[in-house]
Amino acid sequence: MADTMQFDLVSPERSLVSVPVREVRLPGTDGDMTAMPGHAATIVTLRPGLVTVVDAQGNATEFAVTGGFAEINGESVSLLAERGHPRAEITQEVYNEMMREARRAHQTAETRRESLGDEVVAAAAKLLGDMEALGTHIGLDPNQATFPD
Amino acid sequence: MPSLKDLKNRIGSVKNTRKITKAMQMVAAAKLRRAQEAAEAARPYAERMAVVMAGLTAATAGSESAPRLLAGTGADQRHLLVVLTSERGLAGGFNSSIVKLARSHAEALLAQGKEVAIVTVGKKAREQLRRDMGKRFVHHVDMSEVKRVGYENAREIAQGILDRFDAGDFDVATLFYSRFESVISQVPTARQIIPAVIEGEATEVSSLYDYEPGEEAILSELLPRSITTQVFAALLENAASEQGARMTAMDNATRNAGDMIDRLTTVYNRSRQAAITKELIEIISGAEAL
Repeated sequence: MADTMQFDLVSPERSLVSVPVREVRLPGTDGDMTAMPGHAATIVTLRPGLVTVVDAQGNATEFAVTGGFAEINGESVSLLAERGHPRAEITQEVYNEMMREARRAHQTAETRRESLGDEVVAAAAKLLGDMEALGTHIGLDPNQATFPD
Repeated sequence: MPSLKDLKNRIGSVKNTRKITKAMQMVAAAKLRRAQEAAEAARPYAERMAVVMAGLTAATAGSESAPRLLAGTGADQRHLLVVLTSERGLAGGFNSSIVKLARSHAEALLAQGKEVAIVTVGKKAREQLRRDMGKRFVHHVDMSEVKRVGYENAREIAQGILDRFDAGDFDVATLFYSRFESVISQVPTARQIIPAVIEGEATEVSSLYDYEPGEEAILSELLPRSITTQVFAALLENAASEQGARMTAMDNATRNAGDMIDRLTTVYNRSRQAAITKELIEIISGAEAL
């Protein structure tokens, strides 16, 4: 069995990362998981969080994603995320913007609870919570990101 | 017979026109390359999305609880046409061919007694459809501030469509845009996005994968994204098509202007020669008469 597999991080606008890796740790919606070469073929949705990529030399790189999904098979992991940033690039400003987006989504869901149903609102609330957790995890303050108004 | 001065002015003005069309052609060529690169860069995401969607749909096919975005509302009465065009003209038949396709589609639906609502993206669709379809406009997305089409734009448009669907405003949504085939060929295309039409072979893919959470949970999360991706792809194709069409149109215009300059110059030279000859004849016959 090969000891590395191909990892691709793809955003709708372009391909962000494409490297051979030894393992990938993913923040799945139902819980974190680690994919290594030879992993059973799986499609998993992601919550906002950190994706850790370990290359053949054992160096770990982290990426923050705002949800999306990953396609895992024995030889490759493809991560499709609407936004993905290397952890080093997540500054307070970038994070603020991500938080604002999540808050706005939550608010719209809240105001339209009638037509959308409780599940959608709960999902938006969970997303917001995950975003907050992500910020705290990488040492950024979720409360700094307030609405401009 | 126009005077020499008129001809000279005319030649000057056509030369100016040629300069402008030549410049527009070169700008379009540069923008086309960028638009094509953007379309190229967006392809991996769209392709993977399509594969996964195909697998998911196959896995949930026939299920009672399939999401409405996929299964539809069960009716086929109210249609939403989303017409994507550019903000600027001077791109040959680019905008009119999209609008023509959308209009014939709308007329066919109306003839069948269906209801039609129209969302326009870009100024040109709005202008061209206003006269006969103006009553059916429900929304317009202004793209004049957008320099470069981004995923955000697609998300905004898709969200608008999804909100309308959730509110129960329509049963079927169709996108109208121009598919970029080559610089000289752009094909106006209609693409149904709701209920989702999934293309491609799915059977082998679906059985291969485990889904976490279940197929349906993933499907209902991914369907809106898939629609956004399709809108995004259509916007990118449109952007490339627009520049391609403009480039071809301006290339033709430049060539026509060149031909016209040649013709006018010939006429000008002839008239000048005729004037000289006439003067000479006058002088000689005057001298002979003495």
